[in-house]
Amino acid sequence: MKVLVCVKRVLDPQVKARVKADGSGVDLANAKMTMNPFCENALEEALRLREAGIAEEIIVVSVGGGKTEETLRHGLAMGADRAIQVVTEDSLEPLAIAKVLKQVAEQEAAGLVICGKQAIDDDSNQTTQMLSALLGWSQATFASEIKIDGEQATVTREVDAGLETIQVKMPAVMSADLRLNEPRYVKLPDVMKAKRKPMDKIELDSLGLDTANRLTTLQVEEPEGRAAGIIVNSVAELVEKLRAEAKVI
Amino acid sequence: MSNLVIVEHDNNEVAAATLHAVTAAQRIGGDVDLLVAGENCGAVAEAAARIAGVSKVKVADDAKFGHHLAENLATLIVEQAQGYSHILASATTFGKNVMPRAAALLDVAQISDIAEVKSPDTFVRPIYAGNALATVQSSDAIKVITVRTIKFEAAAAEGGSASVEQISGGADTSLSSWVSQAVADTDQVDLTSAKIVISGGRGMQSGDNFSMLHSVADKLGAAVGASRAAVDSGFVPNEFQVGQTGKVIAPDLYIAVGISGAIQHLAGMKESKVIVAINNDSEAPIFQVADYGLVADLFEAVPELDAAL
Repeated sequence: MKVLVCVKRVLDPQVKARVKADGSGVDLANAKMTMNPFCENALEEALRLREAGIAEEIIVVSVGGGKTEETLRHGLAMGADRAIQVVTEDSLEPLAIAKVLKQVAEQEAAGLVICGKQAIDDDSNQTTQMLSALLGWSQATFASEIKIDGEQATVTREVDAGLETIQVKMPAVMSADLRLNEPRYVKLPDVMKAKRKPMDKIELDSLGLDTANRLTTLQVEEPEGRAAGIIVNSVAELVEKLRAEAKVI
Repeated sequence: MSNLVIVEHDNNEVAAATLHAVTAAQRIGGDVDLLVAGENCGAVAEAAARIAGVSKVKVADDAKFGHHLAENLATLIVEQAQGYSHILASATTFGKNVMPRAAALLDVAQISDIAEVKSPDTFVRPIYAGNALATVQSSDAIKVITVRTIKFEAAAAEGGSASVEQISGGADTSLSSWVSQAVADTDQVDLTSAKIVISGGRGMQSGDNFSMLHSVADKLGAAVGASRAAVDSGFVPNEFQVGQTGKVIAPDLYIAVGISGAIQHLAGMKESKVIVAINNDSEAPIFQVADYGLVADLFEAVPELDAAL
């Protein structure tokens, strides 16, 4: 089975997003970028499926401009077999990304697609579900455990009330939650090896898809900050403040 | 304008989160109809019809909707979407799971996690873990929306008298089936609606040590939460998680214990009315958002707090 893992290049999660002075967006110039953490979980799971003899080939795919290649190289260094970059300088919305990924999944005859559940930049949490819909495949989001057994997979999902277990028919589209696994660290020899792995580039325009954005961003602004608080010196003082000043207990 | 709100429920009760989505629909304006899809969900339909400000409740009572599997439910939403300008659900794991699937089938964008309605086509939504707010305008004929519940008050659960209409439709795709659900301890106060929440982070060092927080929580009628670090470390299950990828809450009082205050955690709690931080590292970022900070060893401070209450 071929496994397609969709990854996104995002602002490093440890870096605080800064809004541009003109309110047009978040300033990413010279900012540290990484693979979206949940996408690493997705790729790690695919690697484990290959190690278990369930997956034969793992393809990482991403949609984006020049530096997207760095993110895909990281995926290859983690252990993916090859990479596909769908090249565009435009910032596509999840629906458009899902249309692109559908074509790639079909062209590659993938038997499973795994994505991260959410990108930590736009926090949309949509692409997996949309891709699953467009392919007409089964859907297993927010997975914390994946067991594949031939034509069926059993997936435990992280839901608000606890854990839900579902069974899905293969092929399926799944999204990784944080407890699915712990992504491996990349070692230097892996980075060197990744440089020689195949990387296909496909121009977005060559796919002939309607990828026009449906949303226009009118403004991006910083939220109101909180007023500075105080440091209390003891538990007794804290309790007194909460009772008398804040009146919350 | 006309709005259809997808009701979240367990076939017995309307989830509180739905009441917030109803309010968001009311802000958009026009009629507000509800869609209840489930199995033996008559009680839910009756309760939904009593929500204030609702015009009509559509009920699809069918085994194929019993466990709200996204593949089946999305087909029903797509059929019902015709004639509505806005389709809404709360931004819970229920809404996040099914709504993008329905949006893709309708070939429209989803506007995730809206925090404000500027006009019927323009909404504010947080991005980058709430470190930025984007105002976006939709050009789609049907706007599919999930609603950030803490930003909209709950609609009154009683006082309405909507008509109830039985409907059929939607496909049984047989793509997936429900196996089981491990539900969290039901004695716990619900994290998303609690007035007071006490959360633990990596500094708690073990799951057993969370008993200290539960003891304080019992005295305050509070819910217990956790940071992603604590969940990652296996101290507590994921349903405790407060943050960008967990639950987003805004209680009257949030007490962060042994939590450093990573960006992704702050995203889930920084709109709490009063924030208390207890941490032995005076440089921890949590103190920057805390109204009251206590630099102390939590293993001394928490038992002391427990005794003082």
